[in-house]
Amino acid sequence: MNYNWDWNIFFKSTGIGSEIYLDWFVSGLGWTIAVALLAWIIALLLGSVLGVMRTLPGKVLPAIATAYVELFRNVPLLVQLFMWYFVVPDYLPEPLQIWFKQDLNPATSAYVSVVVCLALFTAARVCEQVRTGIQALPKGQSAAALAVGFSIGQTYRHVLLPQAFRIIIPPLTSEFLNIFKNSSVASLIGLMELLAQTKQTAEFSANIFEAFTLATVIYFVLNMSLMTLMSLVEKKVRIPGMMGGAK
Amino acid sequence: MDFSQIIPSLPSLWDGMKLTLQLLLLAVAGGIALGTVLALARMSNSAVLSGFAKAYVNYFRSIPLLLVITWFYLAVPMILNWITGEFIAVGAFTSCLVAFVMFEAAYYCEIVRAGIQSISKGQINAAYAVGMTYSQAMRLIILPQAFRKMTPLLLQQTIILFQDTSLVYAVGLIDFLNAARARGDIMGQSHEFLIFAGAVYFVISFGASTLVKRLQKRLAV
Repeated sequence: MNYNWDWNIFFKSTGIGSEIYLDWFVSGLGWTIAVALLAWIIALLLGSVLGVMRTLPGKVLPAIATAYVELFRNVPLLVQLFMWYFVVPDYLPEPLQIWFKQDLNPATSAYVSVVVCLALFTAARVCEQVRTGIQALPKGQSAAALAVGFSIGQTYRHVLLPQAFRIIIPPLTSEFLNIFKNSSVASLIGLMELLAQTKQTAEFSANIFEAFTLATVIYFVLNMSLMTLMSLVEKKVRIPGMMGGAK
Repeated sequence: MDFSQIIPSLPSLWDGMKLTLQLLLLAVAGGIALGTVLALARMSNSAVLSGFAKAYVNYFRSIPLLLVITWFYLAVPMILNWITGEFIAVGAFTSCLVAFVMFEAAYYCEIVRAGIQSISKGQINAAYAVGMTYSQAMRLIILPQAFRKMTPLLLQQTIILFQDTSLVYAVGLIDFLNAARARGDIMGQSHEFLIFAGAVYFVISFGASTLVKRLQKRLAV
């Protein structure tokens, strides 16, 4: 084995300014979190609207939501990212196009594309979770709400959604984790998130194994902490009297 | 939009698709095989084996596939070099295949485990009662039933893997997506080729998942 392990590499200068390699990882992690959080907020909002649409009476709204889900679930994430980054900007109205291509710096335009891509991609998955959550509730819940004179909007807002969201926290948690992992595709359009910084460190320092080990550890710790956080949330909002609910 | 160059380019796109399918089939076969072994290890009475399998699954489920692919692309040749002591040229294809098999095994493991656990205990007790060993009971009684039950889930995971193979773009392997990108650039119709590639992925994935849903209904007891 003729590989020179050097765990001090992260504290060595990158040769660019006064940065050490660890700074690259910190900034990469920052981008990863910035992408994932913003995309998650949009995905949660849009996914909830779509999920509700799929359970509404009538034909048109559920059909639109179903078409959305099928489209975004059956095209690879990377293809979607390329669409948002390379294709869509060319069909924007002129002022938007100029803003996207000239006014934004490359990191920002990559960031915008990745956030839009991940948000819309994940919304399709959130939609399915929300729909499942709503459909898992007993029919009596909405019937009772309508019977006491709630409108459909009120039924969803006060009766169905508060229960549905609490049921679906576990699958939503894994979507939340997925968005962090999926944000690594951003490295392929040049956003310097965690994976891109890792690759760059591997190339610059030739300490491939240390760089990738650190990246793996960061993703792992990120995952574990988010999972712990979400199980705390789950405990907090449990519905009493349900399976696994508070005693 | 001008899709005129797609038809003359079909042969080279088909070459890319062949690579995608090749990678997919080998990764699915390897992933299910390794996943089954892991599932059995995870359910075994040995704390070491089950602890290892659990750690393996947790590990691969917490990191992005793209990290695994990039990592293996760089590391597999070096590791082989250490083991054999000489330089072996490992292509990107082999590195990617190893990455996919190891990564997907973690996901297949959980599907297989759920499948096995859904088989009633009476089945294995009955197998023991007629004098079968553990491995006979698993091979002849439990696994055949479990695999039938989990076929839809295995197929669904395979469809996800089909889409994920496009990530080999990261290491420059000419799969279907990369073939479309390269060809589109040469032909000056990069948008059209990308849209075409997206449409092909969509048709295959959508068609396959519709079939899986139908199969699921038929297999439902």
